[in-house]
Amino acid sequence: MSEIDGGTVLHFPPHVKFRFDERRQAWIVLAPERLLLPDEQAVEILKLVDGARSVDAIADELARQFDAPRAEIAEDVLAMLRDLIDKKVLRP
Amino acid sequence: MSGAAPQIDPPLALLAELTHRCPLGCPYCSNPLALQRSSAELDTAAWARVMQEAAELGVLQVHFSGGEPLARRDLVEIVAAASGAGLYGNLITSGIGLDRARMIGLKQAGLEHVQLSIQDVDAAAGDRVAHRSGAQVEKLRAAEIVREADLPLTVNAVVHRQNLARLGEIIALAVELGAERLEVAHVQYYGWALRNRAALLPSREQLDAATATVEAARARLAGKLVIDYVVPDYYAQRPKACMGGWARRFLNVSPSGRVLPCHAAETLPGLRFPTVAEANLSEIWYGSPVFARFRGTEWMPEPCRSCGRREIDWGGCRCQAFALTGDAGRTDPACALSPDHAMMADAVEDARKPPPDFVYRGYAAAVPAEA
Repeated sequence: MSEIDGGTVLHFPPHVKFRFDERRQAWIVLAPERLLLPDEQAVEILKLVDGARSVDAIADELARQFDAPRAEIAEDVLAMLRDLIDKKVLRP
Repeated sequence: MSGAAPQIDPPLALLAELTHRCPLGCPYCSNPLALQRSSAELDTAAWARVMQEAAELGVLQVHFSGGEPLARRDLVEIVAAASGAGLYGNLITSGIGLDRARMIGLKQAGLEHVQLSIQDVDAAAGDRVAHRSGAQVEKLRAAEIVREADLPLTVNAVVHRQNLARLGEIIALAVELGAERLEVAHVQYYGWALRNRAALLPSREQLDAATATVEAARARLAGKLVIDYVVPDYYAQRPKACMGGWARRFLNVSPSGRVLPCHAAETLPGLRFPTVAEANLSEIWYGSPVFARFRGTEWMPEPCRSCGRREIDWGGCRCQAFALTGDAGRTDPACALSPDHAMMADAVEDARKPPPDFVYRGYAAAVPAEA
Protein backbone atom coordinates (compact mmCIF):
# COMPACT_ATOMS: atom_id res chain seq x y z
CA MET A 1 0.00 0.00 0.00
CA SER A 2 1.34 3.38 -0.98
CA GLU A 3 2.26 5.84 1.75
CA ILE A 4 0.60 9.14 1.02
CA ASP A 5 -0.92 11.76 3.28
CA GLY A 6 -2.81 15.03 3.09
CA GLY A 7 0.24 16.93 1.95
CA THR A 8 1.04 14.64 -1.00
CA VAL A 9 0.75 16.19 -4.45
CA LEU A 10 -0.26 13.79 -7.20
CA HIS A 11 -0.10 13.87 -10.97
CA PHE A 12 -0.95 11.68 -13.94
CA PRO A 13 2.14 10.07 -15.51
CA PRO A 14 2.56 11.24 -19.12
CA HIS A 15 1.31 7.92 -20.50
CA VAL A 16 -1.96 7.99 -18.55
CA LYS A 17 -4.75 9.94 -20.25
CA PHE A 18 -7.80 11.20 -18.41
CA ARG A 19 -10.24 12.57 -20.92
CA PHE A 20 -13.84 12.94 -21.97
CA ASP A 21 -14.93 10.50 -24.67
CA GLU A 22 -17.48 12.22 -26.91
CA ARG A 23 -18.84 9.01 -28.38
CA ARG A 24 -19.60 7.42 -25.02
CA GLN A 25 -20.36 10.76 -23.32
CA ALA A 26 -18.21 9.60 -20.40
CA TRP A 27 -14.90 10.35 -18.73
CA ILE A 28 -12.32 7.64 -19.28
CA VAL A 29 -8.80 6.83 -18.09
CA LEU A 30 -6.45 5.24 -20.60
CA ALA A 31 -3.41 3.51 -19.16
CA PRO A 32 -1.16 0.64 -20.29
CA GLU A 33 -3.54 -2.17 -21.20
CA ARG A 34 -6.11 -0.73 -18.87
CA LEU A 35 -9.23 1.26 -19.47
CA LEU A 36 -11.04 2.71 -16.48
CA LEU A 37 -14.52 4.16 -16.51
CA PRO A 38 -14.52 6.18 -13.27
CA ASP A 39 -17.85 6.81 -11.55
CA GLU A 40 -19.12 10.36 -11.00
CA GLN A 41 -17.46 10.79 -7.64
CA ALA A 42 -14.11 9.56 -8.97
CA VAL A 43 -14.38 11.87 -11.98
CA GLU A 44 -14.77 14.89 -9.69
CA ILE A 45 -11.68 13.85 -7.73
CA LEU A 46 -9.61 13.17 -10.85
CA LYS A 47 -10.52 16.54 -12.36
CA LEU A 48 -8.73 18.13 -9.43
CA VAL A 49 -5.51 16.12 -9.83
CA ASP A 50 -3.28 18.62 -11.56
CA GLY A 51 0.24 18.19 -10.19
CA ALA A 52 -0.19 21.26 -7.97
CA ARG A 53 -3.02 20.56 -5.50
CA SER A 54 -2.28 18.42 -2.46
CA VAL A 55 -4.64 15.66 -1.32
CA ASP A 56 -5.86 18.06 1.39
CA ALA A 57 -6.52 20.80 -1.14
CA ILE A 58 -8.54 18.36 -3.27
CA ALA A 59 -10.65 17.41 -0.24
CA ASP A 60 -11.15 21.09 0.65
CA GLU A 61 -12.28 21.90 -2.86
CA LEU A 62 -14.72 18.96 -3.00
CA ALA A 63 -16.17 19.78 0.43
CA ARG A 64 -16.76 23.32 -0.78
CA GLN A 65 -18.21 22.31 -4.18
CA PHE A 66 -20.61 19.73 -2.77
CA ASP A 67 -21.23 21.35 0.60
CA ALA A 68 -20.37 18.05 2.29
CA PRO A 69 -18.57 17.08 5.53
CA ARG A 70 -14.82 17.60 5.01
CA ALA A 71 -13.64 14.64 7.13
CA GLU A 72 -15.77 12.10 5.30
CA ILE A 73 -14.70 13.40 1.91
CA ALA A 74 -11.04 13.42 2.89
CA GLU A 75 -11.24 9.75 3.82
CA ASP A 76 -12.85 8.76 0.51
CA VAL A 77 -10.40 10.84 -1.48
CA LEU A 78 -7.39 9.33 0.25
CA ALA A 79 -8.64 5.76 -0.22
CA MET A 80 -9.33 6.28 -3.90
CA LEU A 81 -6.05 8.01 -4.64
CA ARG A 82 -4.09 5.30 -2.83
CA ASP A 83 -5.76 2.65 -4.93
CA LEU A 84 -4.97 4.53 -8.14
CA ILE A 85 -1.33 4.90 -7.15
CA ASP A 86 -1.16 1.15 -6.57
CA LYS A 87 -2.67 0.65 -10.02
CA LYS A 88 0.00 3.02 -11.46
CA VAL A 89 -2.65 5.40 -12.71
CA LEU A 90 -1.37 8.26 -10.54
CA ARG A 91 2.06 9.16 -9.21
CA PRO A 92 2.97 11.02 -6.04
CA MET B 1 -32.09 -12.20 -36.91
CA SER B 2 -35.57 -11.64 -35.46
CA GLY B 3 -36.58 -10.98 -31.86
CA ALA B 4 -34.88 -8.64 -29.43
CA ALA B 5 -31.70 -7.43 -31.11
CA PRO B 6 -28.95 -6.98 -28.54
CA GLN B 7 -27.67 -3.46 -28.01
CA ILE B 8 -24.29 -3.23 -29.72
CA ASP B 9 -21.71 -1.00 -28.04
CA PRO B 10 -18.64 0.21 -29.93
CA PRO B 11 -15.48 -1.86 -29.37
CA LEU B 12 -12.92 -0.69 -26.82
CA ALA B 13 -9.75 -2.01 -28.40
CA LEU B 14 -8.24 -3.12 -31.67
CA LEU B 15 -5.62 -5.84 -31.94
CA ALA B 16 -3.65 -4.94 -35.07
CA GLU B 17 -1.70 -8.01 -36.16
CA LEU B 18 0.65 -6.20 -38.49
CA THR B 19 2.54 -9.27 -39.69
CA HIS B 20 2.96 -12.97 -39.04
CA ARG B 21 6.71 -12.71 -39.57
CA CYS B 22 8.63 -13.30 -36.34
CA PRO B 23 12.25 -14.02 -35.47
CA LEU B 24 11.10 -16.37 -32.69
CA GLY B 25 9.42 -19.75 -32.83
CA CYS B 26 7.60 -20.04 -29.49
CA PRO B 27 5.58 -23.25 -29.40
CA TYR B 28 2.65 -21.49 -27.69
CA CYS B 29 2.25 -18.69 -30.22
CA SER B 30 -1.30 -17.37 -30.42
CA ASN B 31 -1.12 -17.02 -34.21
CA PRO B 32 -3.07 -19.52 -36.30
CA LEU B 33 -1.28 -22.55 -37.73
CA ALA B 34 -1.92 -21.01 -41.16
CA LEU B 35 0.62 -18.16 -41.19
CA GLN B 36 0.33 -15.40 -43.76
CA ARG B 37 3.37 -14.42 -45.86
CA SER B 38 4.67 -10.86 -46.12
CA SER B 39 3.36 -10.60 -49.70
CA ALA B 40 -0.20 -10.83 -48.34
CA GLU B 41 0.24 -8.03 -45.77
CA LEU B 42 -1.68 -4.75 -45.85
CA ASP B 43 0.44 -1.78 -46.90
CA THR B 44 1.12 1.35 -44.88
CA ALA B 45 -1.76 3.37 -46.33
CA ALA B 46 -4.25 0.58 -45.63
CA TRP B 47 -3.14 0.32 -41.99
CA ALA B 48 -3.36 4.10 -41.64
CA ARG B 49 -6.92 3.94 -42.91
CA VAL B 50 -7.73 1.11 -40.48
CA MET B 51 -6.50 3.30 -37.58
CA GLN B 52 -8.70 6.19 -38.71
CA GLU B 53 -11.75 3.93 -39.09
CA ALA B 54 -11.11 2.33 -35.69
CA ALA B 55 -11.04 5.73 -33.98
CA GLU B 56 -14.23 6.77 -35.77
CA LEU B 57 -15.91 3.55 -34.63
CA GLY B 58 -15.07 4.36 -31.00
CA VAL B 59 -11.99 2.21 -30.41
CA LEU B 60 -9.82 3.70 -27.64
CA GLN B 61 -6.72 1.52 -27.55
CA VAL B 62 -4.73 -0.21 -30.24
CA HIS B 63 -2.35 -3.08 -29.61
CA PHE B 64 0.32 -3.40 -32.29
CA SER B 65 1.04 -7.07 -32.43
CA GLY B 66 2.03 -9.82 -34.81
CA GLY B 67 4.11 -11.92 -35.34
CA GLU B 68 6.73 -9.38 -34.44
CA PRO B 69 5.49 -5.86 -35.26
CA LEU B 70 9.07 -4.58 -35.41
CA ALA B 71 9.45 -6.72 -38.56
CA ARG B 72 7.36 -4.04 -40.32
CA ARG B 73 9.71 -1.37 -41.65
CA ASP B 74 6.84 1.14 -41.61
CA LEU B 75 5.92 0.56 -37.94
CA VAL B 76 6.67 4.17 -36.98
CA GLU B 77 4.32 5.45 -39.69
CA ILE B 78 1.54 3.09 -38.60
CA VAL B 79 1.97 4.13 -34.96
CA ALA B 80 1.89 7.79 -35.99
CA ALA B 81 -1.34 7.22 -37.92
CA ALA B 82 -2.90 5.63 -34.84
CA SER B 83 -1.90 8.36 -32.42
CA GLY B 84 -2.89 10.99 -34.98
CA ALA B 85 -6.35 9.44 -34.97
CA GLY B 86 -6.44 9.69 -31.16
CA LEU B 87 -5.81 6.02 -30.35
CA TYR B 88 -3.76 4.94 -27.33
CA GLY B 89 -0.94 2.82 -28.73
CA ASN B 90 0.63 -0.21 -27.16
CA LEU B 91 3.47 -2.22 -28.71
CA ILE B 92 3.45 -5.97 -28.04
CA THR B 93 6.92 -7.18 -28.90
CA SER B 94 9.54 -9.87 -28.45
CA GLY B 95 12.10 -7.06 -28.26
CA ILE B 96 14.11 -8.57 -31.11
CA GLY B 97 15.04 -5.77 -33.49
CA LEU B 98 14.44 -2.93 -31.04
CA ASP B 99 17.28 -0.42 -30.99
CA ARG B 100 17.53 3.00 -29.43
CA ALA B 101 16.80 4.96 -32.63
CA ARG B 102 13.70 2.91 -33.37
CA MET B 103 12.46 3.29 -29.82
CA ILE B 104 12.81 7.06 -29.95
CA GLY B 105 11.07 7.14 -33.33
CA LEU B 106 8.17 5.14 -31.93
CA LYS B 107 7.90 7.35 -28.87
CA GLN B 108 7.92 10.49 -31.00
CA ALA B 109 5.22 8.92 -33.16
CA GLY B 110 3.04 8.77 -30.04
CA LEU B 111 3.52 5.24 -28.70
CA GLU B 112 2.42 5.12 -25.03
CA HIS B 113 3.53 1.73 -23.75
CA VAL B 114 5.58 -1.38 -24.50
CA GLN B 115 4.76 -4.94 -23.56
CA LEU B 116 7.86 -7.12 -23.80
CA SER B 117 7.68 -10.92 -23.73
CA ILE B 118 10.16 -13.06 -21.85
CA GLN B 119 10.25 -16.85 -22.09
CA ASP B 120 12.19 -17.63 -18.92
CA VAL B 121 14.86 -16.22 -16.58
CA ASP B 122 17.45 -18.75 -17.55
CA ALA B 123 19.03 -17.76 -20.90
CA ALA B 124 19.43 -21.32 -22.18
CA ALA B 125 15.86 -22.25 -21.26
CA GLY B 126 14.49 -18.99 -22.68
CA ASP B 127 16.37 -19.37 -25.95
CA ARG B 128 15.15 -22.95 -26.26
CA VAL B 129 11.49 -21.90 -26.01
CA ALA B 130 12.03 -18.87 -28.27
CA HIS B 131 13.95 -21.12 -30.70
CA ARG B 132 16.63 -18.48 -31.17
CA SER B 133 20.06 -18.39 -29.67
CA GLY B 134 20.83 -15.10 -27.92
CA ALA B 135 17.15 -14.15 -27.67
CA GLN B 136 17.19 -13.70 -23.89
CA VAL B 137 20.15 -11.29 -24.03
CA GLU B 138 18.42 -9.24 -26.75
CA LYS B 139 15.27 -9.07 -24.64
CA LEU B 140 17.06 -7.80 -21.56
CA ARG B 141 18.68 -5.14 -23.71
CA ALA B 142 15.27 -4.21 -25.17
CA ALA B 143 13.88 -3.69 -21.67
CA GLU B 144 16.73 -1.29 -20.95
CA ILE B 145 16.02 0.63 -24.16
CA VAL B 146 12.34 1.00 -23.27
CA ARG B 147 13.18 2.31 -19.81
CA GLU B 148 15.87 4.68 -21.14
CA ALA B 149 13.20 6.14 -23.42
CA ASP B 150 11.08 6.60 -20.28
CA LEU B 151 8.15 4.59 -21.62
CA PRO B 152 6.22 2.37 -19.22
CA LEU B 153 7.14 -1.31 -19.52
CA THR B 154 5.00 -4.38 -19.04
CA VAL B 155 6.76 -7.72 -18.97
CA ASN B 156 4.68 -10.57 -20.33
CA ALA B 157 5.76 -13.99 -19.14
CA VAL B 158 3.92 -16.93 -20.61
CA VAL B 159 4.13 -19.77 -18.11
CA HIS B 160 3.78 -23.53 -18.58
CA ARG B 161 4.97 -26.83 -17.14
CA GLN B 162 8.57 -26.27 -18.30
CA ASN B 163 9.18 -22.87 -16.66
CA LEU B 164 6.78 -22.65 -13.71
CA ALA B 165 9.47 -23.84 -11.32
CA ARG B 166 11.18 -20.48 -11.90
CA LEU B 167 8.12 -18.22 -11.51
CA GLY B 168 9.54 -16.53 -8.41
CA GLU B 169 12.68 -15.62 -10.34
CA ILE B 170 10.62 -14.41 -13.30
CA ILE B 171 8.81 -11.99 -10.99
CA ALA B 172 12.13 -10.81 -9.55
CA LEU B 173 13.45 -10.25 -13.08
CA ALA B 174 10.44 -8.08 -13.97
CA VAL B 175 11.20 -5.87 -10.96
CA GLU B 176 14.86 -5.71 -11.88
CA LEU B 177 14.01 -4.69 -15.45
CA GLY B 178 12.00 -1.73 -14.16
CA ALA B 179 8.61 -3.03 -15.29
CA GLU B 180 5.58 -1.43 -13.73
CA ARG B 181 3.33 -4.30 -14.78
CA LEU B 182 3.88 -8.02 -15.13
CA GLU B 183 1.51 -10.36 -16.87
CA VAL B 184 1.89 -13.92 -15.68
CA ALA B 185 -0.07 -15.65 -18.39
CA HIS B 186 -0.63 -19.36 -18.37
CA VAL B 187 -0.65 -20.65 -21.93
CA GLN B 188 -4.05 -20.50 -23.62
CA TYR B 189 -4.50 -23.56 -25.78
CA TYR B 190 -5.25 -22.44 -29.34
CA GLY B 191 -3.28 -22.70 -32.56
CA TRP B 192 0.35 -23.61 -31.90
CA ALA B 193 -0.21 -24.00 -28.18
CA LEU B 194 -2.93 -26.60 -28.71
CA ARG B 195 -0.57 -28.51 -30.96
CA ASN B 196 2.03 -28.42 -28.14
CA ARG B 197 -0.39 -28.91 -25.29
CA ALA B 198 1.15 -32.06 -23.83
CA ALA B 199 4.52 -30.29 -23.65
CA LEU B 200 3.07 -27.20 -21.96
CA LEU B 201 0.05 -27.95 -19.77
CA PRO B 202 1.00 -27.80 -16.07
CA SER B 203 -0.17 -30.17 -13.37
CA ARG B 204 -2.74 -29.13 -10.79
CA GLU B 205 0.08 -28.97 -8.21
CA GLN B 206 2.15 -26.67 -10.42
CA LEU B 207 -0.84 -24.42 -11.00
CA ASP B 208 -1.65 -24.16 -7.28
CA ALA B 209 1.98 -23.38 -6.44
CA ALA B 210 2.05 -20.69 -9.15
CA THR B 211 -1.13 -19.08 -7.87
CA ALA B 212 0.30 -18.97 -4.33
CA THR B 213 3.55 -17.44 -5.65
CA VAL B 214 1.63 -14.74 -7.51
CA GLU B 215 -0.55 -13.92 -4.52
CA ALA B 216 2.45 -13.60 -2.20
CA ALA B 217 4.29 -11.41 -4.73
CA ARG B 218 1.26 -9.16 -5.19
CA ALA B 219 1.13 -8.50 -1.45
CA ARG B 220 4.88 -7.97 -1.21
CA LEU B 221 5.14 -5.71 -4.28
CA ALA B 222 1.93 -3.67 -3.89
CA GLY B 223 2.53 -0.14 -5.15
CA LYS B 224 5.68 -1.28 -6.95
CA LEU B 225 4.62 -3.88 -9.49
CA VAL B 226 1.10 -4.62 -10.73
CA ILE B 227 0.74 -8.34 -11.49
CA ASP B 228 -2.00 -9.53 -13.83
CA TYR B 229 -2.57 -13.26 -13.72
CA VAL B 230 -4.21 -15.35 -16.42
CA VAL B 231 -5.08 -18.91 -15.39
CA PRO B 232 -5.44 -21.92 -17.67
CA ASP B 233 -9.06 -22.92 -18.00
CA TYR B 234 -8.27 -26.64 -18.10
CA TYR B 235 -8.60 -26.59 -14.31
CA ALA B 236 -11.58 -24.26 -14.15
CA GLN B 237 -15.18 -25.02 -13.23
CA ARG B 238 -16.49 -22.20 -15.40
CA PRO B 239 -15.15 -20.94 -18.72
CA LYS B 240 -13.49 -17.58 -19.20
CA ALA B 241 -15.52 -14.80 -20.83
CA CYS B 242 -13.37 -15.04 -23.92
CA MET B 243 -12.76 -11.53 -25.36
CA GLY B 244 -15.52 -10.34 -23.01
CA GLY B 245 -17.95 -12.10 -25.35
CA TRP B 246 -17.88 -12.55 -29.13
CA ALA B 247 -17.82 -9.17 -30.90
CA ARG B 248 -18.69 -7.22 -27.76
CA ARG B 249 -15.47 -5.38 -26.84
CA PHE B 250 -12.62 -6.19 -29.20
CA LEU B 251 -11.83 -6.54 -32.81
CA ASN B 252 -8.81 -7.88 -34.58
CA VAL B 253 -7.36 -7.14 -37.99
CA SER B 254 -5.10 -9.84 -39.41
CA PRO B 255 -1.92 -9.10 -41.43
CA SER B 256 -3.84 -9.43 -44.71
CA GLY B 257 -6.69 -7.23 -43.48
CA ARG B 258 -9.28 -9.74 -42.39
CA VAL B 259 -11.49 -8.33 -39.63
CA LEU B 260 -12.16 -10.80 -36.83
CA PRO B 261 -13.85 -10.77 -33.41
CA CYS B 262 -10.72 -12.45 -31.98
CA HIS B 263 -7.29 -13.51 -33.17
CA ALA B 264 -8.19 -17.20 -33.45
CA ALA B 265 -11.56 -16.78 -35.19
CA GLU B 266 -10.19 -17.69 -38.61
CA THR B 267 -9.82 -21.27 -37.38
CA LEU B 268 -13.62 -21.59 -37.35
CA PRO B 269 -14.90 -23.29 -40.50
CA GLY B 270 -17.80 -21.99 -42.53
CA LEU B 271 -17.39 -18.37 -41.42
CA ARG B 272 -16.08 -15.98 -44.03
CA PHE B 273 -14.74 -12.87 -42.36
CA PRO B 274 -14.81 -9.60 -44.31
CA THR B 275 -11.64 -7.67 -45.14
CA VAL B 276 -10.86 -3.99 -44.67
CA ALA B 277 -10.88 -3.67 -48.46
CA GLU B 278 -14.51 -4.79 -48.65
CA ALA B 279 -16.12 -2.60 -46.00
CA ASN B 280 -15.17 -0.12 -43.31
CA LEU B 281 -14.78 -1.22 -39.71
CA SER B 282 -18.06 0.34 -38.62
CA GLU B 283 -20.06 -1.49 -41.30
CA ILE B 284 -18.36 -4.72 -40.29
CA TRP B 285 -18.82 -4.24 -36.53
CA TYR B 286 -22.51 -3.37 -36.73
CA GLY B 287 -23.54 -5.20 -39.87
CA SER B 288 -21.45 -8.30 -40.58
CA PRO B 289 -23.39 -11.55 -40.13
CA VAL B 290 -20.25 -13.34 -38.84
CA PHE B 291 -19.87 -10.74 -36.10
CA ALA B 292 -23.51 -11.30 -35.17
CA ARG B 293 -23.14 -15.09 -35.32
CA PHE B 294 -22.16 -15.63 -31.65
CA ARG B 295 -22.87 -12.18 -30.24
CA GLY B 296 -25.13 -12.01 -27.19
CA THR B 297 -27.08 -15.05 -26.01
CA GLU B 298 -29.47 -15.93 -28.87
CA TRP B 299 -27.10 -18.48 -30.43
CA MET B 300 -26.57 -20.41 -27.20
CA PRO B 301 -27.35 -24.10 -26.75
CA GLU B 302 -28.12 -25.62 -23.38
CA PRO B 303 -26.71 -25.64 -20.74
CA CYS B 304 -25.73 -22.00 -21.53
CA ARG B 305 -29.13 -20.77 -22.68
CA SER B 306 -30.81 -21.14 -19.30
CA CYS B 307 -27.66 -20.57 -17.23
CA GLY B 308 -27.54 -17.68 -14.74
CA ARG B 309 -23.99 -16.93 -15.90
CA ARG B 310 -24.81 -16.61 -19.61
CA GLU B 311 -24.07 -12.89 -19.56
CA ILE B 312 -21.01 -13.32 -17.36
CA ASP B 313 -19.00 -15.84 -19.36
CA TRP B 314 -20.93 -15.58 -22.66
CA GLY B 315 -20.65 -19.31 -23.27
CA GLY B 316 -16.85 -19.28 -23.00
CA CYS B 317 -14.68 -19.48 -26.07
CA ARG B 318 -16.01 -20.36 -29.53
CA CYS B 319 -12.58 -21.27 -30.86
CA GLN B 320 -11.88 -23.62 -27.96
CA ALA B 321 -15.31 -25.22 -28.39
CA PHE B 322 -14.52 -25.84 -32.04
CA ALA B 323 -10.91 -26.94 -31.52
CA LEU B 324 -11.93 -29.54 -28.94
CA THR B 325 -15.39 -30.68 -30.05
CA GLY B 326 -15.47 -29.82 -33.75
CA ASP B 327 -18.53 -27.59 -33.22
CA ALA B 328 -18.09 -23.85 -32.60
CA GLY B 329 -21.71 -23.60 -31.40
CA ARG B 330 -21.29 -25.88 -28.40
CA THR B 331 -20.71 -24.85 -24.80
CA ASP B 332 -16.99 -24.36 -24.09
CA PRO B 333 -15.74 -27.69 -22.67
CA ALA B 334 -13.93 -25.70 -19.96
CA CYS B 335 -17.31 -25.40 -18.24
CA ALA B 336 -18.06 -28.20 -15.78
CA LEU B 337 -21.67 -28.11 -17.02
CA SER B 338 -20.58 -28.91 -20.59
CA PRO B 339 -21.32 -32.46 -21.75
CA ASP B 340 -17.76 -32.42 -23.17
CA HIS B 341 -16.02 -31.37 -19.94
CA ALA B 342 -14.27 -34.74 -19.49
CA MET B 343 -11.99 -33.78 -22.38
CA MET B 344 -10.22 -31.33 -20.10
CA ALA B 345 -9.44 -34.05 -17.54
CA ASP B 346 -8.16 -36.31 -20.35
CA ALA B 347 -5.79 -33.56 -21.50
CA VAL B 348 -4.55 -33.04 -17.95
CA GLU B 349 -3.91 -36.78 -17.64
CA ASP B 350 -2.03 -36.76 -20.95
CA ALA B 351 0.19 -33.93 -19.70
CA ARG B 352 1.44 -36.01 -16.77
CA LYS B 353 3.62 -38.01 -19.14
CA PRO B 354 7.14 -36.78 -19.96
CA PRO B 355 6.83 -33.74 -22.25
CA PRO B 356 7.17 -34.43 -25.97
CA ASP B 357 9.47 -32.27 -28.14
CA PHE B 358 8.17 -28.84 -29.12
CA VAL B 359 6.73 -28.23 -32.58
CA TYR B 360 8.12 -24.74 -33.12
CA ARG B 361 5.99 -22.03 -34.65
CA GLY B 362 7.15 -21.04 -38.11
CA TYR B 363 6.47 -21.27 -41.81
CA ALA B 364 8.14 -24.70 -42.01
CA ALA B 365 5.54 -26.33 -39.74
CA ALA B 366 2.62 -24.11 -40.77
CA VAL B 367 -0.44 -25.34 -42.61
CA PRO B 368 -1.22 -23.64 -45.93
CA ALA B 369 -2.93 -20.27 -45.56
CA GLU B 370 -6.04 -19.37 -47.48
CA ALA B 371 -5.28 -17.10 -50.41
